[in-house]
Amino acid sequence: MDALTRRRFLVASGVVGGGALATTGAALGLAELLDKSSRAAPPDPGGKLVLVTLYGGNDGLNTVIPYADRRYHGLRPELAYPAEQVLHLDDALGLNPKLRGLKRLWDAKRLAVVLGVGYPKPDRSHFRSMDIWQTASPGVPIYSGWVGRWLDGTNATPETAVSFEPVLPPLLAGETRSGACVSLGGLRLPPGIDDGLVGALGVAQPGEPAMQARAAASYADLLRVDHLVRHSQETARAESGPSGPATGTGGSSALAAQLALVARCVEANVPTRVYSVSLGGFDTHASLIVGHELLLTQLDEALTGFVERMARTEAGRQVTVVVYSEFGRRVRGNASDGTDHGTAGPVLVLGGQVTGGLYGEQPSLSDLDDGDLKATVDFRQVYGTVLGAVLGADPARYLDGFQVTPLPFLPAG
Amino acid sequence: MTGDVALLLRRAGFGPTAVELSAARQSGYPETLAGLLAPLGPDVGATSSPVPTLGPDPHANLPNPTRAQHIAADVKRKAQTELLQRWWLDRMAVASHQAVEKLVFFWHGHWATSIDKVRSGQFVLAQHRTLRNARDIVDLAHRMIVDQALIYWLDGQFNKKDAPNENLARELFELFLLGIGQYTERDVREAGRALTGWLTVLEEEVPYFDRKRHDPGRKTILGQTAKFDAHSLVNLLLTRPECPRFIATRMWFRYASHSEPLPDRLREKMVEAFPAPMAMLRVLFEDEAFAGTAHTLVKQPVEWLVGAMRQLGLRISGLPVETAMEIVHGMRALGQLPFAPPSVGGWPAGTAWLTSAAAQVRLDLAGRLVALHRPERLTPEQVADMLCLDGWTDRTYQVLREVKDARQLLVLGLASPEYLVT
Repeated sequence: MDALTRRRFLVASGVVGGGALATTGAALGLAELLDKSSRAAPPDPGGKLVLVTLYGGNDGLNTVIPYADRRYHGLRPELAYPAEQVLHLDDALGLNPKLRGLKRLWDAKRLAVVLGVGYPKPDRSHFRSMDIWQTASPGVPIYSGWVGRWLDGTNATPETAVSFEPVLPPLLAGETRSGACVSLGGLRLPPGIDDGLVGALGVAQPGEPAMQARAAASYADLLRVDHLVRHSQETARAESGPSGPATGTGGSSALAAQLALVARCVEANVPTRVYSVSLGGFDTHASLIVGHELLLTQLDEALTGFVERMARTEAGRQVTVVVYSEFGRRVRGNASDGTDHGTAGPVLVLGGQVTGGLYGEQPSLSDLDDGDLKATVDFRQVYGTVLGAVLGADPARYLDGFQVTPLPFLPAG
Repeated sequence: MTGDVALLLRRAGFGPTAVELSAARQSGYPETLAGLLAPLGPDVGATSSPVPTLGPDPHANLPNPTRAQHIAADVKRKAQTELLQRWWLDRMAVASHQAVEKLVFFWHGHWATSIDKVRSGQFVLAQHRTLRNARDIVDLAHRMIVDQALIYWLDGQFNKKDAPNENLARELFELFLLGIGQYTERDVREAGRALTGWLTVLEEEVPYFDRKRHDPGRKTILGQTAKFDAHSLVNLLLTRPECPRFIATRMWFRYASHSEPLPDRLREKMVEAFPAPMAMLRVLFEDEAFAGTAHTLVKQPVEWLVGAMRQLGLRISGLPVETAMEIVHGMRALGQLPFAPPSVGGWPAGTAWLTSAAAQVRLDLAGRLVALHRPERLTPEQVADMLCLDGWTDRTYQVLREVKDARQLLVLGLASPEYLVT
């Protein structure tokens, strides 16, 4: 099985250009911060967005399966699921048999499936394609992510967008602002080094080079976000008793661990609006079925546990989860029981605000573009819908003027 | 040439010691550059850290292993992987020929192949020897296209005539030789056909070429039609004008700046020195544009760690294995462990290394390193000298001035924003 994160996208170029970089000020003290959040009560009622990136190119045709289409079975005989195994969504499409939890959410009308999402002139390079998905700029390469531009435009604080990955995903990088990365463990400092010293290293020095300023800011961010997360853990413990909050089933996967932290932060009303989490290993060029099923099982357990937990609190019901991958796979299998890089795929949207159902149009298997599916929904329609409905933003402003027609899977923002 | 010799040492190697920096200041820029790029004699420092030999792959000659045999072989492989990772980090620190060692690391990031998938330490070590020993970029490309680790990493062993797998072909164009945008999808598919037929063999040092799996037909690639195979494909790409330009751009990105573009004029000068990598680097380091890139390059975690170990007088092989492995784990947490790049695109750059999560791991690692060192009493100025920094900002100086403990001073110095950027 090849379920490694080998193709996990990492920004191959400096995420942020060498221009002026805003640096965060001194780190806030814990007491100061708690004081802030208590005065801010009731907490910001705005929606919260959780972006789940499936790195490597998920096989969309074996995730949302056109089981009734004879061409599906004809084009990938070794990889097709028999209709009776598929979890039917309607009389044409169904979920992979491993996605039982998502089927439950579908039945509860909390899962929207946007079909055939892609961008014009598909690029089959992982890097370029993931770059396009994260920057939302299919035409020319740019250095800011679509969430990063929203951070820029709202003069957001670093905790507004948080990733639980060690390296910042490009989508959270703006030109003047960026999201924060939070380590899954707590703050650990060497002997004799305390918060005060680290915070002092994090103070901006007027006139210092941009990268050096950015290095300093990372210490300020470290303390600031650590305080927020630590506070959220204390709150969560206090509210749920000594046993701690329920975690999703099968919570050992990296995605489940990341989502458990998101859940804690949401329940503690941490002012983060966008969370970025990921699952890697979808680059199934070979031995597709086994590897893909293991990944889908992890995805299913992690997402279902998270969404069901979120449904229990008012703050949690404001959370919308969007699951995407940089491209699908080729329609036909290759000789290695795998598939090579393809184009369009389904985007899943889940949460308490979501109107479940199918959106967009399943790409035709008889009208292929050089062996690949033709996208029917521009990915910016999905981003624009969540920018408007979840973040209350003007989508065109952050999508380079792209005119968005919001998809009705969320109530208009 | 009146460039900053400290900048040169920081970029060409992993981080100079105070002794090296003061010697280089004595010799001047041209002589230092010559000594770095064309060192005389054998690498004396590296003699205490020779390239290891691993013996046969633990899974070799086990066609039908029992479960116990399988597990035992996996355990051996894991130990070999860890040995390789500790060894190279040690070698980087002790090598006298710093620029040679740094260039091997550059090529590792360029032809990025991860042992996390390849699993065979023998495959990975053979590739490492190739990166180290290739005569020039032409020789390197021809050796890499039939490198077992690379073939396995990019599914080349599944690539056969009746169902081509284009993974290796795509990366050869995009990441190894030409750069994105210099070819069409059709070129990639046709090149995939040229690369059919190669099978990796654990028991052998070279892959097996299976004629029955190879597609011997005509292919049209980049406008040329011929019965291309692996080597004629590589030849074709190497003769494209985009190839030396792409390599020059990648060198600039890692040695000069990841935010400023390589000036066209300098690029064309570097192209003239192709395919000799050291000659290309010489052109780069001699150019005034290089001097202008000071304070723009974020240290990669390996540069940070190896430089720190050199300046603290530490080496991995001098540590108990458990302590060495803690450092290795720290490097994984920072996102840069040798032989395990995150993707075929290699390591990230710039602000990607400056996250708050990395700040946490770096503080922790700095504490572990400093705990292994026995410092005398130190002033903030002495810490700057030891770490070969030009000095402190007021901000950092204010912090250091209040700290009396020498170890704490060193931790803060290694974590300081000034130390993270060259």
